[in-house]
Amino acid sequence: MEQLALVLQGLAGIVVLAPLLLLVLLCMTSLIEWKLGEKTTAWACLIAILFGLGAAWGIVLIMLGLDQRQLVLIVGDWVAMGSYHFTIQLVFDLLSVPMVILTFLLCGIIVAFTNRYLHRESGYHRFFVFFALFLAGMVVAALAGTIEMLLVGWEMVGLSSVMLVAFFQERPQPIRNALRLWVVYRVADAALLLAVVVMHHQGETGTGHLLWGEFSWPQKPAVLLPVWSWWVGLLLVIAAAGKSALLPFSGWLPRAMEGPTPSSAIFYGALSVHLGVFLLLRLGHLWESIPSLAYLLAVLGLGTALFAYLAGSVQTDIKSVLAFASLIQVGLIVAEIGVGWRYIPLAHLVGNACLRTFQFIRAPSLLHDRHRMESALGGHLPRPSEPFPLARAELRLWLFRWLLERGYWDSWLHSCIVSPFVRLMRRCERWEQKWYRWLAGTTAAAFPLDSTSESTLEDVI
Amino acid sequence: MNLLTWPWLEVAIILALIGAVSCTRLRQPLTAWLTGLVFSAFVLGASILASAAFYWTVERNAPTFDYLQNSLFGRSIFGVDALNAPLLPLVGFLHFLTVFATNRTKMRRFSASWSLASEAVRLAILSCQDQSILVVLLIGGVVFAGLELVDQGKPIRVYAVHMVAFSAGILLGWWLVKRGEGDGLAVFGSITMFSAILLRCGTVPFHTWLTDWVEHASFGNALLFILPLTGVYAAWRLVLPVAPTWVLQSLGAFSLITTIYAAAMATIQQDPRRFFAFLFLSHVASVLLGIELHTPTTLTASLLLWWNVTLSLGGLGLTLRALEARVGRLSLDRYHGLYEHCPLLAVCFLVTGLASVGFPGALGFVAADLLIEGAVASNIFIGVGLVLATALNGIAILRAYFSLFTGARHVSNVSLAITWRERLVVWTLITLLAGSGVLAQLLVNSCYHVSPVP
Repeated sequence: MEQLALVLQGLAGIVVLAPLLLLVLLCMTSLIEWKLGEKTTAWACLIAILFGLGAAWGIVLIMLGLDQRQLVLIVGDWVAMGSYHFTIQLVFDLLSVPMVILTFLLCGIIVAFTNRYLHRESGYHRFFVFFALFLAGMVVAALAGTIEMLLVGWEMVGLSSVMLVAFFQERPQPIRNALRLWVVYRVADAALLLAVVVMHHQGETGTGHLLWGEFSWPQKPAVLLPVWSWWVGLLLVIAAAGKSALLPFSGWLPRAMEGPTPSSAIFYGALSVHLGVFLLLRLGHLWESIPSLAYLLAVLGLGTALFAYLAGSVQTDIKSVLAFASLIQVGLIVAEIGVGWRYIPLAHLVGNACLRTFQFIRAPSLLHDRHRMESALGGHLPRPSEPFPLARAELRLWLFRWLLERGYWDSWLHSCIVSPFVRLMRRCERWEQKWYRWLAGTTAAAFPLDSTSESTLEDVI
Repeated sequence: MNLLTWPWLEVAIILALIGAVSCTRLRQPLTAWLTGLVFSAFVLGASILASAAFYWTVERNAPTFDYLQNSLFGRSIFGVDALNAPLLPLVGFLHFLTVFATNRTKMRRFSASWSLASEAVRLAILSCQDQSILVVLLIGGVVFAGLELVDQGKPIRVYAVHMVAFSAGILLGWWLVKRGEGDGLAVFGSITMFSAILLRCGTVPFHTWLTDWVEHASFGNALLFILPLTGVYAAWRLVLPVAPTWVLQSLGAFSLITTIYAAAMATIQQDPRRFFAFLFLSHVASVLLGIELHTPTTLTASLLLWWNVTLSLGGLGLTLRALEARVGRLSLDRYHGLYEHCPLLAVCFLVTGLASVGFPGALGFVAADLLIEGAVASNIFIGVGLVLATALNGIAILRAYFSLFTGARHVSNVSLAITWRERLVVWTLITLLAGSGVLAQLLVNSCYHVSPVP
C-alpha cells in the first residue's frame, strides 16, 4: 500500500513537473538566444504532454482500482511565516483529473497542428513559450488545492492568453485587442484576489476550507454560511465572468480572435474560456448554500447564451462565429451549474472544448471544405436562412446593428468605467501641471499633455 | 585573522570615495567609465563581503571588529545588521549594473565619479547606526543629488523647495524627539519627522519633485538616487523606534492614497520616465504602508517588497535607459515596435515589470500576498486598495510594454541589437528575480527576524 502511495505521488509529480520543466526549457533557450529548431520545440512539447497525460491516466487507473474519489497531495510550504502559509497542495478528484486530461489531450493536438500551421513563422518559438506557460498554468489551476495556487495558475493562463492575442505584434489592432483583454483579465484577477482577501479577513486560511472543504467533489455538503460569504461568492462570479467572457465582459471574446488559429482554438474555443466555468463548478456547494447567487448564475448563463446566439448569427468571419458558438455553450454550462447540476456541466464542458478545438483548427480550411462538399453534391450548399425572420424590417435592422456591435457592451463599459477613469486621471495630470508651474515659477509645460480630453479605450488603456 | 573579520564595510565606502576622486581627474569618457567600472566592482565585492561577514559572525556568535572606526571616531558609527545586511550588496549591485550597462553613447553624460561618490553616501546612509549622523547624511544626500541637476543645467527649484522642507522637517523632528524624551513633544517630533520622510519618499501630494527629478536628471543617476529607498530606511531607523503606533497608522492613509493614485496615473502616462516614476511611487508607498501598519507580517512584507522593488524596478529602469540610448526619448502614446530589434530587452522589460507587480513565481508575489494579508488584518479596505493598485500597475506595465515593443514595424538604419554587456545584465537580473522567488522562504526568514515588533 505504501508503495502504491509512492507511485501515486510520483505520478502526481510528473503531471505538474512535466509542463513546468517544458516552460523552464523554452524560457531558458529564449533567454540565452539559443534557437531550438521547430521540430525540436514541437517534440519537446509533445514529450512533456505525453508524460503528463500518461501520468494523469495512471492516477485515474490507480484511483479507480482503489475506489478512491480524491487524492490530496501536500508537497509542502513554499513560504511559511507565523500564521501565513503558502502551501503547495494538489487535489486529484472527479473534477480536476478530467480537466487535466482534457488539457493535455487538447494541447497535444494543438502542438501537432501548430507545428505545421506556424511553420517558418518568425514568432514560432515565442508561440511555444507562451503555450508552455498556458499549459503549466492550466495544470496548476486545475489541480490547485489552495486558493493561492489557483491564483497562480489563473494569472499564468491570463498572461499567456494576452501575449498570444498580441502574437502578430507588428500590427496595432491585435495589440489593442490584447490590451483590452488584459484589462478585463486584471479585473477578474482583482475580483479573485479580493475574494481571497475577504476570506482571509474572516479567518479563512489559505487552504480555503470554504472553497475546497474536506469532502471530495461534488459530494461537499451545502453548509450554512455567514453573511460575508455572499460577497465572496459575488466576487468569484465576477472573476469567473471575466475569465469566461460572460456578460457584461463578452466583448473581448471576438477581439481575442486576432491571435493565430491554434491559440484561438485552445484558449477561446477550448480551455481558457472554460477556466471560469471550472471555478464555478469547483465551488458548486457554495451556490447550493446561497440560492440568490445560484439564481444569478442561471440568469447570467442564460443571458450570455441568448446574447451569444444572437450576436453569433450576424458575425461575418468564421472565427468570431465559432467564438460565439462556444460562448453559447459556456453560458448554458453556467446556467446548468446555477440549476445545481454537477456532472452534466462537466460533461458539457468536455464536449464543448473538444468540438470547438476541432472546429477551430478546421476553420482555416473552411472554404476548401465547402468547395469539396459542393463538388461532391454537384451544386451549391443551401444558404442559411436570414436571422430573425419573424421580426419587422426596422426591428431587424436595429437588431442587426445592435448585434454587429456586440450589444454595445464594450461601449457601455467604456463610457461607464474607462472613460470617467481616464478623464479623472487626465484632470489630475492637469492639476499637477498647474501645481508644478506654480512651484517652478514658470509658464512652460513640465511634461506634455494630450489636448484631447476624450480618449478612446484603444488609445489610452 | 579570518578574511571575513576585515572591516569590509569601511573598505567599500573608502573605495567608492577613492574611485570618485580618481574618476574626476580623467578627461576621456571611456577611461573614466572603465575606472568607474573597476571601482564599482571592488565596492560591490567589498559590500558582499561585509554582508557575508555579518551573517558569519551572527552564525558563530563571533565578536565584531570595529577597530578602524574606533581608532578614527572613537566609537562605531557605521555597521552591518540584520536590516541592512541584504541592502548593502543590493546597492553595490545596482551601481555596478548601472555603470556596466552604460552605452558608449551615454558615457559622456553619465558621470562615473558622481555615481561612485553617491554610492559612498548611500552605503554610509544605509549602514549608519548613529541617528544624528544619519540625519546629517540624509540631508547631505539630497544636497548632493541636487548638484546633479545643477550640473546638467536643469531647473532645480521644485526639487529644492521640497528638499528644503524635508531637511527642515527632519531636523526639527529630530530635535523635538531628542528634547521631548517620550512626552507629547516627542510625539509631535515623530510626526514632523515622519511627515518629512513621507515628503522625501514622494508621497502624494508631495511627489512632484520625484517625477520632475526622474524626468530631468540623467536616467542612470535618477535610478541610483531613488531606487535604494533611503527614505524608507530613514523611516525604519528614525521613526519606527520612537513613533507611537497610532501615528504610523494615521499617516498610513497618505501612503495608501499614493499607492492607488500613482498606480492610476501610471496607466495614463505618455512619457516612459513619468510612467516609471509613478510606478515607483506606487511601490514605495506600498513599502511605507507595510511599515505604517506596524505588524510583524506587514513589516516582513515591507522588507521583501523593498528588495523586490529595488531589483525589479532597477531592471525595468535599466531597460528603459537602454532603449533611450538607442532611439532617444520615447513616448507611450504611439507604438514603436522595438521587439524585432532587441527582443531580449523586451523580455527583460516584461519580466521585471511583471515581477514588480507580483506575478506568480517572483518574490513580489509573496511580498504582495503577505502585505495584503497583513493589511486585511488591520482594515479590509486597505487590502482592497492594495488589490486595486496591483491591478492598475499590471495594466500600466503591459500598456507600456505594448507601446514600446509592439504595434508597429520600426525601421532603423543602424543596429539596435542588444550589446553583450546589456545581455549579461539582463541574464543576471532575471536569474536574481527567479532565484529570489525560489528562495523566498530564506528571505522571509531573514526579514521576519529584522521586524522590531514581536
